[in-house]
Amino acid sequence: MKEVKLFLGPQHPGMHGNYSVHMYVDGDIIEKARPTPGFLHRGFEKLMERRHWMGNLALIPRICVPEPDINEFVYAQGIESLAKIEVPEKAHWIRMLVLEMARVMVHLMSLGFIGGPTGMYTATYWAIAQRDLILDLFEELCGARVYHMYIVPGGVRKDLPEGFTDRVLAMMDELEVKIPEYEELILKHPIIHARTKDNIMLPAEVVWELGVTGIGMRSATGEENDLRKVQPYARYDQVEFEVPTATYSDALTRLNLKVREMYQCISIIRQVIDKMPDEGPVNVPVSTGSALRWTVPAGMVYSAVESSRGEYGYFIVSDGKEMPYRIAVRGASFPQGLLGIEKYLKGHRIDDASLWMDTMGVCSPEIDR
Amino acid sequence: MNKEKSIFSPIKAWKYLLRKPITVPKKDIFDKPREAALRYRGFHQNDWEKCLGCGTCSKICPTNAITMIEVDTLEEKEGYINERPAFDYGRCTYCALCVDVCPSDSLDMSREYLHISKDADTFYVLPDSTGIHGDSFDKGYVRDSNSELLDLNRYEMELEPVGRKNSFMEIVRGYSLEKALAESARCVECGICTETCPAKMNIPEYIKSVWEGDMKGAVGFLYKTNPLANVCGRICTHKCEDVCALGHRGEAISIRWLKRFIVDNTPMDEYEEAALEFVTKAVNGKVAIVGSGPSGLSCAYYLRTLGYEVDVYEEKALPGGVIRYGGPEYRLPEESVLKDIGMIEKSGVKFICNTKVGRDVQLDKLQNKYDAVFLGTGFSLSRPLKIPGYEHEDVEYAIPFLGQTRDYLRETADMPAIHEKIAVVGGGNVAFDVARTLVRLQQLKYGADFVSMAALEHREILPCDIEELEEGTEEGVKGHFGYGPDEIIIENGKIAGLRVKKVLSIFDEDGKFNPKYDETDKFVIEATQVYIATGQMPEYAFFDEAMLEQVEIASGQVQVGKAGQFSSFPWLFAGGDIVQGPDIITGVANGHDAADGIDAYIRAKNK
Repeated sequence: MKEVKLFLGPQHPGMHGNYSVHMYVDGDIIEKARPTPGFLHRGFEKLMERRHWMGNLALIPRICVPEPDINEFVYAQGIESLAKIEVPEKAHWIRMLVLEMARVMVHLMSLGFIGGPTGMYTATYWAIAQRDLILDLFEELCGARVYHMYIVPGGVRKDLPEGFTDRVLAMMDELEVKIPEYEELILKHPIIHARTKDNIMLPAEVVWELGVTGIGMRSATGEENDLRKVQPYARYDQVEFEVPTATYSDALTRLNLKVREMYQCISIIRQVIDKMPDEGPVNVPVSTGSALRWTVPAGMVYSAVESSRGEYGYFIVSDGKEMPYRIAVRGASFPQGLLGIEKYLKGHRIDDASLWMDTMGVCSPEIDR
Repeated sequence: MNKEKSIFSPIKAWKYLLRKPITVPKKDIFDKPREAALRYRGFHQNDWEKCLGCGTCSKICPTNAITMIEVDTLEEKEGYINERPAFDYGRCTYCALCVDVCPSDSLDMSREYLHISKDADTFYVLPDSTGIHGDSFDKGYVRDSNSELLDLNRYEMELEPVGRKNSFMEIVRGYSLEKALAESARCVECGICTETCPAKMNIPEYIKSVWEGDMKGAVGFLYKTNPLANVCGRICTHKCEDVCALGHRGEAISIRWLKRFIVDNTPMDEYEEAALEFVTKAVNGKVAIVGSGPSGLSCAYYLRTLGYEVDVYEEKALPGGVIRYGGPEYRLPEESVLKDIGMIEKSGVKFICNTKVGRDVQLDKLQNKYDAVFLGTGFSLSRPLKIPGYEHEDVEYAIPFLGQTRDYLRETADMPAIHEKIAVVGGGNVAFDVARTLVRLQQLKYGADFVSMAALEHREILPCDIEELEEGTEEGVKGHFGYGPDEIIIENGKIAGLRVKKVLSIFDEDGKFNPKYDETDKFVIEATQVYIATGQMPEYAFFDEAMLEQVEIASGQVQVGKAGQFSSFPWLFAGGDIVQGPDIITGVANGHDAADGIDAYIRAKNK
């Protein structure tokens, strides 16, 4: 029998980002899969060593384009821990607000993008339109829609605009109405249901083997492993939320968990707005001097955050100079997006490859970085 | 899966037709574009009136999107560079760090976000306050106190408390290492200071060296343009700080105190190595310097780096001129002067003291003996103030008094004969030097002070530095500003007081010095001794009559060409107060220029 090699990506409607998988197929079954990263490789980590501590702010959001705020947060949190800076109380709450808005936004996007591999573009249009309305809020908050550059070492860059929290709450009310519509359109849709139910499995052994975190881990093992719970940062210890889990991880379960996490985000955002102090500073200087000569005390730190795809971390090393000595990024999709594809994509059908990447949570720039 | 759905269930999709679309129709994108948020980070707008051309935006830009472009149409202004930032929107990430760091508050981002063109060059823009398309859009992202990226407050040096007036101890304490590092970290390396400094000192470079902990390198940068770093680190008029980019929104960097930190804290061996790095063997010729003030010392040092043998003629017993006999000890301690002059002496300069050119040795003798002669004799005489009673023996003058005080502190002269109640006439830095020195001497002699000052200028326009006024007042100097001297009242052969009258105006319509007084508003300042500190003048006794005829003198200063060269006597050069003035750093600059000029002259002659 003749072996056929197919390319999925880097230009493909079912591919997320500039990533490619070479598939060797027999009929429509993938016999062997080879992930081919590097299309988006800009040398983020190396570039960071050549930028001022503050200048990196323009670079790091690009390591995960749909969810940039986690980068800003881990970076800021790491530097603050090295410099032993106490972030103002209000800044913590604003950061949580931003992180949760980002989470709901990226879940929405990922849910909508199921439309690509399943041919249900209505889902994509709806979700992207709704995401854009959340981006409007970000635009109002920080002046940019996608690359926010808002969470900075020392706090956040600006205080909330007047009436901002009211508009966020209105958006949450709207989402509460809209999410059931998406559920109905996407998750209960017969075709999508058929494609995702009992398909694209993620057994618990694979989770432990690869080091999958986030929804993948929680859906397969039933572990409540959410960094916001097990290792709370910002003020997550002061809000109440439940971590949805499951013990049977097919694609549908993972999508369902995503939806449940969206409700969880809404609840957290409401609590954050309720508990956030009205007044107070939102920023403290990281170092003396002008930003061109900010230094961070020598040392190393691992700073992590629960992203929409799992544990996302920066390992930051400073030698006390005005630029980082080394920063290594732990992308949440690295385990499943690289070795996972190589090892576990085989045996699936060609048309499930995109769904596989989508529901496993693969974001290519954080693999390339 | 819901299998119980009715066949009519798709009809419910109709309800979505009634929803208001959230998309913008294509036809509206250009005609009625969606309005951006109030904080939108759109295209840049730059107020060229405010922009300093400092280039800090271009330095912080993480993507090298900003280039500083020279703009010829801008008017030359001190403290401004004729460059403006140009933005490459192919690189810009709209992070707005440039806006947050802008020292002049000129840069902001507008709410304009649409630019579509097939011509790639249109994405490279030199915006003014009207922005990329000249439409003057509303401001979008602007900096606020949270997003501030500059450190606007200077780390103050501590002053000794008020008890300081009991001694001549230096009143300003030096920076600690920690504070010096913090202060040097504020610099944005724009170089506007260098442009303004008469000596064009490498200020950003030596501040950076401090920040990097390279003290030897810092000393090296100092000596490139100024061999009187110890003196200038203490009593320079610091024009650099007046134009410092940080001074526009906050406080200027303490450039002078950082310089002082360098000279005070560099280990002596490293200091010497850096200071004498470029001194070479004397092989090129011989030069005589007349006067060992700042310009003479500077000229002598740089001539040594150019390979000349240098002899400095000084009238007084010790070299240094105004820095040895002028500046008061509490601002300029003897050790600092010694360190500077000592280093210049180590460079191989020979000082011939107690020798006045024109009295002990004639200028034409020097001309024969040396290849070139430099005159840096300064304004060494006090200008008399001819008001009734000025010839009384208890009327003293600033220059001899300050000189005698320094000699007294060096224990080579007696304490000046000061009275218990003294009036000082003048409002400049020298007048304050006199008044504050008097306060200290009175404290030493009488345990109490009583010094009054009268100056033509009222408080706001006093020609002295603001610190002098503040510190002087703190030390108990009683100022009568806006009052000019009328008469020194003499009763029974002794001074009974200084009568002053209110000043209405100092300059006439033509801008000439011609004070007008209110003759009805007069009062008497209680004093038995009066010190005059209303200005200095030069002494040109070294010119004989034949020479004087060929030298042009205007407002007391000799008129010279490039590098201080006399047009009628090419072997003769001049600098310092007798050419330009009025401060030490200008003298240093003149001396350096003259050294280059002398080198060029001698090389041309020997060809």
